[in-house]
Amino acid sequence: MLGRDEDILRAAEDWSKAGRGVALATVVETWGSAPRPVGSNLVIDEEGNFLGSVSGGCVEGAVVTEAIDVIESGKPKTLEFGVADEAAWKVGLSCGGTIRVYVEKVS
Amino acid sequence: MKLDLLHTLNAERAARRAVVVVTDTESGTQRLVKAADVAKDPLADVLDKRLRMAKSGMEETAQGRVFLTVHVPSPQLVITGAVHISQTLAPLGQMLDYDVTIVDPRTAFATPERFPGVKVLAEWPDAALPPLNVDHYTAFVALTHDPKIDDPALLYALSRDCFYIGALGSRKTHGRRLERLKAQGVSDAALARIHAPIGLAIGAVSPAEIAVAIMAEITMRLRVKQDKAEAA
Repeated sequence: MLGRDEDILRAAEDWSKAGRGVALATVVETWGSAPRPVGSNLVIDEEGNFLGSVSGGCVEGAVVTEAIDVIESGKPKTLEFGVADEAAWKVGLSCGGTIRVYVEKVS
Repeated sequence: MKLDLLHTLNAERAARRAVVVVTDTESGTQRLVKAADVAKDPLADVLDKRLRMAKSGMEETAQGRVFLTVHVPSPQLVITGAVHISQTLAPLGQMLDYDVTIVDPRTAFATPERFPGVKVLAEWPDAALPPLNVDHYTAFVALTHDPKIDDPALLYALSRDCFYIGALGSRKTHGRRLERLKAQGVSDAALARIHAPIGLAIGAVSPAEIAVAIMAEITMRLRVKQDKAEAA
């Protein structure tokens, strides 16, 4: 089914206009079984509030932490998560896939 | 992402127009391409393919590796005729993520009991259709078999840019329909847009099977380029 992410991009715009520091995370690549399709979005503010999903809950915590850095630095970042990672049991995808997530500041 | 780009993106989406955001994930440079501007874009072929499949993804291009975020309005299915076929076609369309609306002025047919969870309008097409935003992302079918209802519905659909228009009826019935619509001033080119007999030729017999044939034809029109779809 097609993902519907209307509210997330709307929220990104609204939060940014309200003066909050905002980052947008997007699933840009997936390998193997991945919980959310390419194009899925997560919006994060500087206090760690977030809306949306890039993995159905598996790696959101790590993405939020990185997003706060991106909001501070203004520099976009690409993150990769997968079971091949040593840290897989801490932050990884139990489903066995790998995903790459692009995180950018809204400014 | 620049706030003004995000603003334009949200405005285009709210207006049910397709857009693609092209992002160089290395440098962070980004631009937005409106569907209307795709043909003259350097990445026209790739953008067109992606829009058709409604699929975001990485692409190798002459300008390097870019991520394309594809935003396509959710498709809509407008069914004229709260008939037996529609009882399968409406939920089938919903399963495929279409926003489904049924229009039929005959109140005995257009009941919520017959169509649970579907938007049903017990009104004449002339009144019901104009507020529905029948646009390029709309598939339109006329299934009542009654010219009083189907003809005005088809006339309205032909005045819009629907990606699919289909009408129930045998070749003979459709031949008579074409004569009636022609008499109302519709051009041959416009009439050629109507798919009839409706649905892919899969030998459908029951109303539910006809619904599957219709949905298959709609899917083909949505996903395959016109010339390739005709060869199929």
